[in-house]
Amino acid sequence: MSDHKTMTLTLIVWRQKNANDPGKFETYTAKNITEHHSFLEMLDCVNEDLIHTGKDPIVFDHDCREGICGMCSQVINGAAHGGQERTTVCQLHMRKFKDGDTIYIEPWRARAFPIIRDLIVDRSALDKIIQAGGYTSCHTGGVADGNAILIPKPVADEAMDAAQCIGCGACVAGCPNGAAMLFTGAKVSQLALLPQGKGEAAMRVKNMTEAMTACDFGNCTNHYECMAACPKGINVKFIARMNREFLKAQFT
Amino acid sequence: MILDGKCPTGPIEQTWDKHRFDLKLVNPANKRKYSVIVVGTGLAGGAAAASLGELGYNVQAFSYQDSPRRAHSIAAQGGINAAKNYPNDGDSIYRLFYDTIKGGDFRAREADVWRLAQVSNNIIDQCVAQGVPFGRDYAGYLDNRSFGGAQVSRTFFARGQTGQQLLLGAYSALSRQIKAGSVKMYDRREMLDLVVVDGVARGITVRNLVTGEMESYAADAVCLATGGYVNVFYLSTNAMGCSVTANWKAHKKGAYFANPCYTQIHPTCIPQAGDYQSKLTLMSESLRNDGRVWVPKKKEDCGKHPNEIAEDDRDYYLERKYPSYGNLAPRDIASRAAKEQCDDGRGVGPGGRGVYLDFADSIARLGADTISERYGNLFEMYEKITDEDGYKRPMRMYPAPHYSMGGLWVDYNLMSNVPGLFVLGEANFSVHGANRLGASALMQGLADGYFVIPYTIGGYLATVKPGQVKTDHAEFKKSVEDVKAEQNKYLSINGKKTVFEFMRELGGLMWENCGMARTKESLEINLKKIPVLREEFWNNVKVTGSGAELNQQLENAGRTADFLEFGELLCRDALHRNESCGGHFRAEYQDAGEAQRDDVNFCYVGAWEYKGKGKEPELHKEPLKFDNVHLAVRSYK
Repeated sequence: MSDHKTMTLTLIVWRQKNANDPGKFETYTAKNITEHHSFLEMLDCVNEDLIHTGKDPIVFDHDCREGICGMCSQVINGAAHGGQERTTVCQLHMRKFKDGDTIYIEPWRARAFPIIRDLIVDRSALDKIIQAGGYTSCHTGGVADGNAILIPKPVADEAMDAAQCIGCGACVAGCPNGAAMLFTGAKVSQLALLPQGKGEAAMRVKNMTEAMTACDFGNCTNHYECMAACPKGINVKFIARMNREFLKAQFT
Repeated sequence: MILDGKCPTGPIEQTWDKHRFDLKLVNPANKRKYSVIVVGTGLAGGAAAASLGELGYNVQAFSYQDSPRRAHSIAAQGGINAAKNYPNDGDSIYRLFYDTIKGGDFRAREADVWRLAQVSNNIIDQCVAQGVPFGRDYAGYLDNRSFGGAQVSRTFFARGQTGQQLLLGAYSALSRQIKAGSVKMYDRREMLDLVVVDGVARGITVRNLVTGEMESYAADAVCLATGGYVNVFYLSTNAMGCSVTANWKAHKKGAYFANPCYTQIHPTCIPQAGDYQSKLTLMSESLRNDGRVWVPKKKEDCGKHPNEIAEDDRDYYLERKYPSYGNLAPRDIASRAAKEQCDDGRGVGPGGRGVYLDFADSIARLGADTISERYGNLFEMYEKITDEDGYKRPMRMYPAPHYSMGGLWVDYNLMSNVPGLFVLGEANFSVHGANRLGASALMQGLADGYFVIPYTIGGYLATVKPGQVKTDHAEFKKSVEDVKAEQNKYLSINGKKTVFEFMRELGGLMWENCGMARTKESLEINLKKIPVLREEFWNNVKVTGSGAELNQQLENAGRTADFLEFGELLCRDALHRNESCGGHFRAEYQDAGEAQRDDVNFCYVGAWEYKGKGKEPELHKEPLKFDNVHLAVRSYK
């Protein structure tokens, strides 16, 4: 709304041409920003100014801009997704900032996520973890009726709590060890909770944790930073469940 | 030319079963000799790539995002329809078929819609087997909710994130095939051309979005599952990367574009807040199960706090106008009704472009906890964007472009008029007619991917010799050169306006003159202005950087250039269709605000053929026949 006061902000943004470039911080000014701008819309405005002056705009991943695709990935003032509880960068609004603020913007920083350009990182390691076993091996067609196996609401609900992971990687970026335990734990738990996934549970947890290590993710030392950073509020209890599944798998 | 959809004949209940039997098969040992390209890995493409890989074909799949888990199917909130009749409320395959034909305002093919309704039940079973955590009751049975355009509860859901859970199901099946080596996944790739050799689709040219390199891929068949085109309106509920580009490139290589004027404007989206806005956010139609839509009766009340407006001074216009469906009237009707109230000066919020969606009655009846369990994530999203609490005051909503019913023309086998080119999901035109009912997009995407293409593509492949054309063919080289030349052109113009400025201008023209209501005059304005804007784009756009690197402005320039051509075709289609039907509302053709179809002259699919740059496209028609559901005026009163 035009009748609102506008803000001027100082942005200190990580710029890096490509994976081989050492990268550095650059300073920009964001002008005429209202409280209704989303964080990414604020960056859009800065980019429009940069293009007009013939400079390369800041490159960042984004797509749905409604908090569900998991594409956006920025560390803002040291916090993955900006530190607002259960919020992705695209859903962060400028009313959380005030006129004159200085904002640091960086990419996800983790050994398993090499930087591609500016704020964009390569998160294909997360896909590799899923490919290692994040599925039930059902065929297309030839499955039972949806009501053939009953799943009481509390179980279905808990599986859904785990399943809502958007795969953004904030848990990894937030973790001091760069671990993907919350990401992996959520998928292992979802499928271990459901009767459809139980048959392969032991093999799944072994293969997925192995992939996690192979992809250079770190270990869990119970900082809970992953849960704080997770835009879907996924609980660390799923890491505990994965650990139990892992232990069980040693005896099967 | 009269187009033939090659629909099977005979009793509708037997069409798909009979057709499946009549299709030729590729034997298991021969399947591995064939290769298939799948572009787009959302519900339709992801399900297709997984299923085709599992059958034994060599599949190459492409996505512009960094992972197949991010396609915009993920944003669908409310649910997916199926004719399970679990609630025992009178549903059947026939009723789902009937509702979809009627909901589409009699502009879809009966046989295609029947098949969709028939396989809808398999989809639910498939997703459950994959571990999709659908909502269930305490005994463990699957739960259902209601959606617009239906009087039965047939919508399955996973909280407010159904699309996400279904996509993650397809993604997991796809991941399993990637691991097995039957699917090779190429991410961060954008398809920029279709390669056609001697009239047959043989492959694609893609840009590697990280390195900027052009890459060629050949196959025995190409499947496009590249989504819809409503970003032509600039502001829409689609993701920022959604574009018409893949479809448009295929169109320019010969594929007919069907019914582009059928665009869905979704009634419940968060109203626009300012000029800088980059997209609009949808709030699920499922909210209309428990929310009541109203505006003030008196214009002078519009500026008041909604809770201060007395019950008698509120106009629950959907309940008033459509008593039997009430707040669950279909989307096209609900959107037009909202516009009508706002045009009458009774809209609320900034610029008077908004209506209220009020949960006070439901909260009083069911308690805030129940409402929060059903829609908590939506209330949270609403508050983040607007800074208003939907539990305490009614939400403000306004319609926004959401879905495209039109798309590339396909026959019953989902093959376009270009042999070897198949089109799946929102990218094709096939089942939704002129208006899509809620919770039907997920159903169509998965139906096409899991249960239609695995059969129909075999029928085609069985008739062709595998591996006839390789990427060293001259057509592939020419395609790469053409794409490179276009990219270099964007970079060399070095004008004064950014890509977004052009896109915003085009979107403004489309929304103003070809949005929820269109007239001959408004469309003619666009047919004059769009070519001028396009000309300006090619002389005055500014794209910085180079083509040999990750360059998002260059990506957007290509998408915008295609929208600038496609927008004109959309308007041309809207101008030729002198009737109102579903999402296509021509103000001249109405009966007191209700769409007035002209079945005598327009009961056909309009499919446009590209005739070359600067030439008028040619219209081909496929007549529609209704043997089972009788053509009637659609009534939800």
